[in-house]
Amino acid sequence: MKKRPIHSRLPLYSFVTFVAMFAALPAEAHLNSTGMGPIYDGLMHFLLSPEDLAPVLALALLAGLRGASYGRRALFVLPAAWLLGGLIGLAVASANPHPVISSFWFLLLGGLLAADVKLSLKLTTALATLVGLYHGYLNGTGLGLSFTSAAVLLGLIFAVFVLVALAAALVVQLRASWARVAVRVAGSWIAASGLLMLGWAMRKG
Amino acid sequence: MTTTSRQLLAKYGGVLAVILFWSGTAFAHPQAGEAKGFLTGFKHPISGLDHVLAMVAVGLWGAQLGSPAIWLLPVAFPMVMAFGGMLGLMGVPLPGVEYGIAASAILLGMAVLFEVRPPLAMAAILVSVFAIFHGHAHGTELPPGQSGLLYSMGFVIATGCLHAIGIGIGTVHRWQWGQWFLRFAGAIVACGGMFFLWKAVA
Repeated sequence: MKKRPIHSRLPLYSFVTFVAMFAALPAEAHLNSTGMGPIYDGLMHFLLSPEDLAPVLALALLAGLRGASYGRRALFVLPAAWLLGGLIGLAVASANPHPVISSFWFLLLGGLLAADVKLSLKLTTALATLVGLYHGYLNGTGLGLSFTSAAVLLGLIFAVFVLVALAAALVVQLRASWARVAVRVAGSWIAASGLLMLGWAMRKG
Repeated sequence: MTTTSRQLLAKYGGVLAVILFWSGTAFAHPQAGEAKGFLTGFKHPISGLDHVLAMVAVGLWGAQLGSPAIWLLPVAFPMVMAFGGMLGLMGVPLPGVEYGIAASAILLGMAVLFEVRPPLAMAAILVSVFAIFHGHAHGTELPPGQSGLLYSMGFVIATGCLHAIGIGIGTVHRWQWGQWFLRFAGAIVACGGMFFLWKAVA
């Protein structure tokens, strides 16, 4: 049987294509219209918020520099405190965090990391608790009470857990002195950013 | 156009055209102010040659001095410079900032040129004093309407990268020719500093 040339079938194909296109529902493939689902929204919110990300990173690196037991402690205490703070925050309508407090966390954690301060395990635990409670509380107040808020919070905490696990594990196994100093340089950058944020917060005019 | 090309065009051209015209806005750009804040902050330290010369010279000098200065200076410098930036942001006046910046390039360049080896504390203090001048200049020049945190992070990271470049260049110090090369680089930095001092005075 002789095959018909393609141009003779073009009107049919075009018609079918146009019908299919017009019948199609909106794809809603873009993140701004759909979100990524509450869990992933929470996860991405954390990863795209440097004011949350930098202190957690500093704490994870600090714990990693001290050793595996410190890393493990931060790994579980920080997300747990974050969850607790978040749940408390969910019940609060709004919070108005002063930028000076955010700068304080940058300065404290970045400074401790830069100076390679040998904190005890108890102090590291206390620090992780405070960081988690404070940032979790702020996240919680920002979410408000809704059906998906708890899921967003869970995504956020999952991201915190993963970041602490990766950063602390990376640093724990570092043995070369230059690599450990590079971690401390990261701390000095975080502390320096905190100082500049403090300047921004106190800027006149 | 060959027959095959015509057939392919007939087969897929219409579909492609419809898809292209039908596509919505991607919204792929970051939120307003975010990238602007980080990029503006990142570009600020590298936009002035006087700053670049001094930052790279710190790295070169650190590499010449060796451990622990090679690590101490890049850890200390960003924090002290940020302190100067904070003073600038808060409007605390610092006299002779431009002279201080030019002097920093001259003295750091000469330190590299003559491979000066002061005690570690003295080197750290010298670099820190200059860092305050550089930071203050940056702090007072900040454009309004930026995202403070992202701007600050970009600013600090760019400064750290300039130090890293200086340290990277400074690794040639292990070779004889490298030592001469570093001295030559120090002379260039010092000459640049003199030019900027002349400009500040004029």
